[in-house]
Amino acid sequence: MSEQEIDLKRRRLLTGATSVVGAIGVGGVAWPFLSSWSPSARAKAAGAPIDVDISKLENGQLVRVLWRKKPVWIFKRDEQTISNLSALEGELDDPNGTGNSKTQQPPYITESHRSIRPEVAVIVGVCTHLGCSPTYRPEVGAADLGGERWKGGFYCPCHGSKFDLAGRVYSGAPAPTNLVIPPYSFISDTLIRVGVQPDAA
Amino acid sequence: MNKNKNWIDQRFPLTKVWNEHLAEYYTPRNFNFWYFFGSLALLVLVLQLVTGIFLTMHYKPDTATAFASVEYIMRDVNWGWLIRYMHSTGASAFFIVIYLHMYRGLLYGSYKAPRELIWILGMVIYIALMAEAFMGYVLPWGQMSYWGAQVIISLFGSIPFIGPDLLIWILGDYAVGDPALNRFFSLHVIALPLILVVLVFLHIVALHTVGSNNPDGVEIKENKDEGGIPKDGIPFHPYYTVKDIVGVVVFLMLFSAVLFYAPALNGYFLEAANFVEANPLKTPEHIAPLWYLTPFYTILRAIPPILGSQFPGVLAMFAALLILVALPWLDRSKVKSIRYRSWPYKVALGVFVLSFVFLGWLGMKPVISPEWYVSLAGSIGMEIETALYLILARFFSFCYFGFFVFMPWFTSIGQTKQVPSRLTE
Repeated sequence: MSEQEIDLKRRRLLTGATSVVGAIGVGGVAWPFLSSWSPSARAKAAGAPIDVDISKLENGQLVRVLWRKKPVWIFKRDEQTISNLSALEGELDDPNGTGNSKTQQPPYITESHRSIRPEVAVIVGVCTHLGCSPTYRPEVGAADLGGERWKGGFYCPCHGSKFDLAGRVYSGAPAPTNLVIPPYSFISDTLIRVGVQPDAA
Repeated sequence: MNKNKNWIDQRFPLTKVWNEHLAEYYTPRNFNFWYFFGSLALLVLVLQLVTGIFLTMHYKPDTATAFASVEYIMRDVNWGWLIRYMHSTGASAFFIVIYLHMYRGLLYGSYKAPRELIWILGMVIYIALMAEAFMGYVLPWGQMSYWGAQVIISLFGSIPFIGPDLLIWILGDYAVGDPALNRFFSLHVIALPLILVVLVFLHIVALHTVGSNNPDGVEIKENKDEGGIPKDGIPFHPYYTVKDIVGVVVFLMLFSAVLFYAPALNGYFLEAANFVEANPLKTPEHIAPLWYLTPFYTILRAIPPILGSQFPGVLAMFAALLILVALPWLDRSKVKSIRYRSWPYKVALGVFVLSFVFLGWLGMKPVISPEWYVSLAGSIGMEIETALYLILARFFSFCYFGFFVFMPWFTSIGQTKQVPSRLTE
């Protein structure tokens, strides 16, 4: 074997080029494995929108449906309840949804009642603290929840967070943000589709 | 960079291992095509481990849901079909690579002293691999999974005296069912892979202790220069790391071709019967293990029941496997490589290879006489007492065992060529 001059530049180019192509190959092989962790077709099918008929829903009645394995509350609010909502603003952490709770509702939900129609509430029933499902306490003036000042809402038994009937969190609660409003739309006056945004958003 | 390297080196033999086993590990300079398969085997092992890990994330080891979970992987999991096909193609690829790897050992006498332990460890890996593949095949719980398991496990039932109790103990039940599936799942996913990884590690340690053999069968350590470096040796890194990368690329091209265009390979890699869910009430028309187990299956079937027991056949099958371990001691030739062996040896090796291939082919067929033979016999008025395939199975089994039994004889006769003291290319 004769002694040859080692062309370092050429060697570096070849090593570099091979490494780049190799890295692309490795990325190509890694992609399917990483992607296999994303929801499968079956998981996505199970997470499909769910239709809820509210024709028989009475004022104050709360219905729970399971959407994407989470409880979603649908309930009716009367005139009094809706007007009570604005009076509460002082006790709430983020009454207008412009602070910490900015991302808790879709962009087309802008009013303080946090719904498409003020008389129908659709809220994900999972406490934003650590995930328990709060209990429905619509009774105005409940003694254990503040007496006169309690205008109806939700109380989370796990760590004591309180939310009003628009799902907005009370100040001083362990929960950091308002309850999530899921995407939903009215297919007809009495049929709500949870999981699909309204077309004209 | 050097500071970090030193910090590690003071606490862990990183540079030492790098040098001893890669950058300053001297390997013969004449490695050829046959020397790709060790590193390829390592590649396929890693492939099987990774794809297996991801399959386990979606598979359900329960007789009621196993088959459906495989269909779920194939249809609903993102890229699930690809991961599954990689695993099934990988299993067959593993055996192709391993058989070629072992054949290199036969060609160049890599099993001969002082490398007997490498060979023995390799044989243990081979046996563990067959167990691993067998159990993996049961998991999809198709017709072939179930009935193949039934047949192979019942072999243990044929062992005299302890057989029937042993069978129930292995199955955890009175027949192949949920307990068997669950324990096979555990063995296939964790127990045997751990054992395989440890064995492969030991195999490589044993190899590095002695140093590699080569196509000339000449020990490079017998000719060192003043620095103590073998004159015919080159450092493994970068020469063989680069060469092995080329091997990997070509292998992956062939692997991908099968993976994307013919993963079932016409029933050889994925059997048709296994696309039907296991049915304990209906045996498929034709039960056969996958191609890589068929040579031993043929030997099993070649031996008729003796004194009402199938056990002799079982013994013959295991003997066929274990006799390979004795190779270093059966081979009495002073010459390692086929390049310098006598012609009787070359003939014997050729016969052995042909026998192994034919035994493999026969194992995929039912024990019958083919059409053309039946009509031929009819036309000359001969009665067929024994099926042709059975006659052939017995003949080739004899040749297979003969290779080992007569080896002390044919490796001692004939004229060997002069072995050079230095490598030839």
